[in-house]
Amino acid sequence: MNSVFVYCEIEDGQVAEVSLELLTKGRSLATELKCKLEAIAIGYNLDGIGKDIFPYGVDVLHIADDKRLAPYTTLPHNSIVVKLFQEEKPQVALMGASSVGRDLGPRVSSALHSGLTADCTSLVIGDHEDKKLDKVYTNLLYQIRPAFGGNIIATIVNPDCRPQMATVREGVMKKAIFDAGYKGKINKLDVSKYTSDTDFVVEMIERHIEKSKVNIKSAPIIVAGGYGVGSKENFNLLFELAEVLGGEVGASRAAVDAGYVDHERQVGQTGTTVRPKLYIACGISGQIQHRAGMEESAQIIAINTDPEAPINSIADYVINGDVAEILPKMIKFYKANTK
Amino acid sequence: MKGFKIIVLAKQVPDTRNVGKDAMKADGTVNRAALPAIFNPEDLNALEQALRIKDKFPGTTITILTMGPGRAAEIIREGMFRGADDGILLTDRAFAGSDTLATSYAIGQTLKKFGLYDIIIAGRQAIDGDTAQVGPQVAEKLGLPQVTYVEEVLAISEGKVTMKRRLERGVEIVKCPIPLVITVNSSAPDCRARNAKLIMKYKHAKTISEMQEANDDYLHLYNDRPYLNIKEWTVQDIEVNPNELGLAGSPTKVKKVENVVLQSKGAKVVTSSDEDMNQLMLELIENHTIG
Repeated sequence: MNSVFVYCEIEDGQVAEVSLELLTKGRSLATELKCKLEAIAIGYNLDGIGKDIFPYGVDVLHIADDKRLAPYTTLPHNSIVVKLFQEEKPQVALMGASSVGRDLGPRVSSALHSGLTADCTSLVIGDHEDKKLDKVYTNLLYQIRPAFGGNIIATIVNPDCRPQMATVREGVMKKAIFDAGYKGKINKLDVSKYTSDTDFVVEMIERHIEKSKVNIKSAPIIVAGGYGVGSKENFNLLFELAEVLGGEVGASRAAVDAGYVDHERQVGQTGTTVRPKLYIACGISGQIQHRAGMEESAQIIAINTDPEAPINSIADYVINGDVAEILPKMIKFYKANTK
Repeated sequence: MKGFKIIVLAKQVPDTRNVGKDAMKADGTVNRAALPAIFNPEDLNALEQALRIKDKFPGTTITILTMGPGRAAEIIREGMFRGADDGILLTDRAFAGSDTLATSYAIGQTLKKFGLYDIIIAGRQAIDGDTAQVGPQVAEKLGLPQVTYVEEVLAISEGKVTMKRRLERGVEIVKCPIPLVITVNSSAPDCRARNAKLIMKYKHAKTISEMQEANDDYLHLYNDRPYLNIKEWTVQDIEVNPNELGLAGSPTKVKKVENVVLQSKGAKVVTSSDEDMNQLMLELIENHTIG
């Protein structure tokens, strides 16, 4: 049986969170498909990277180690992945929907004529019947994502072309060690056989990569605001409540687009997926892309002037009213009851 | 100094950012007619980068290439009103149902036929799909290097373009030889407004189908003023393998589309009265959600 492959993104010698999450998902897919899970690590000074990767249940780790492969540039990574996939013929290949995966994935899929679904929110194994061809395909990868402004959820399949490729955003899948003592094999690639000099035409002049400052993913409580918050000033109320409760501030895409807060706070399909104990949605209507990023929160409070807002249907508590009036009261009564 | 031949890849998209209540039909399919068709926002950022290159390097020409139905010629005119020189509308029923790969193939074949390009610039992604795939895939089809997530073209010299990339968690400055494919982020400067003189010059620019449909007496104008002709190409005008077009050429198939139907969990409704708010906070503290 052909393998499931995960492209592992490496930054500063560390495997990216999103790649570890995908290894976890890849492990469960491989188990279900009764095949191997294989990983690819491309970069420089990767000795020892195996100890970070094998515990996720990786059977084979392909390593391409060369000074010119870090930091990431498109063409050499593309050449290595394309050639390796031509040799190994994976049935499924997963990449992070990050600035690296969204740069590399489409190029690889074009070279292999494989097809690629971006920003999946769920990956499931299932069968597919093509009625026109009267043909049944078993064990395909269902690539599920919201589409068309979030008004629909589409299930995409790749019946004939391989690998079935998908990108997934950080936080969508859960990361979990499979077996701390898991033993896999390392396959060191001869980089000169997988790349050519013309792959190195793009020069890196300068580079500043910042560690993410805001960590909404691990916040136990998130106070999130949407376009309905109304202004940057009103967002201060959210920051205040978040501080009092020991949480973080999140936002919908509409609020980020309006310039109320930075993109790194965005929750949803094109932002971060979160699962806090409590999610307080302030002035957020709740389009599917937003809900996709927060609906697994343990408790949801929706504060909205619109009683018909879609967010209300997934909320545990609905407060009909104005954010500017309600948040100060929440702060006041929280303080009053915790003294 | 000689200028550059720039192609801007653009798409006319339904404005999914402003979806009203009538955007979905009763049967759960999308009512495209209810959504205004607009110039994909990041393609406008891309056009602006092209226009800035043209400002700096006289002799530069900008051609807008779009694939879509006949009415997509609107965005070519829109681009001309802002400073593009001409455009190609790639339109054919054979393209219907194309996924990003089949789209990139068609665009790649068109560019191979057209031949004249130094720099191909596109928006990072279109708002109706948000896939960000067509730019890199066109680059692969043409065997060109790609630089994605570009915020600003900083300089062009000695046959190389220096660009600033805005990534999720940082910034890179890279230098890439011409010819290349660039995709531009929404963090790049907005596109300049339409120019009144250019509106006057190009308002009658049309594709052949539009001319025939309008049945107007501008016909002599088109012969006298060739810049009013927007190229309209079909599969006949490019060399293609029909098996790689449209649905047949798309490895990804839509298996199922579900309308988003919400079923209420039966939320507790709370008013903003002091009493209710006090009760709510007490409840959350008592069940250890907060505190």
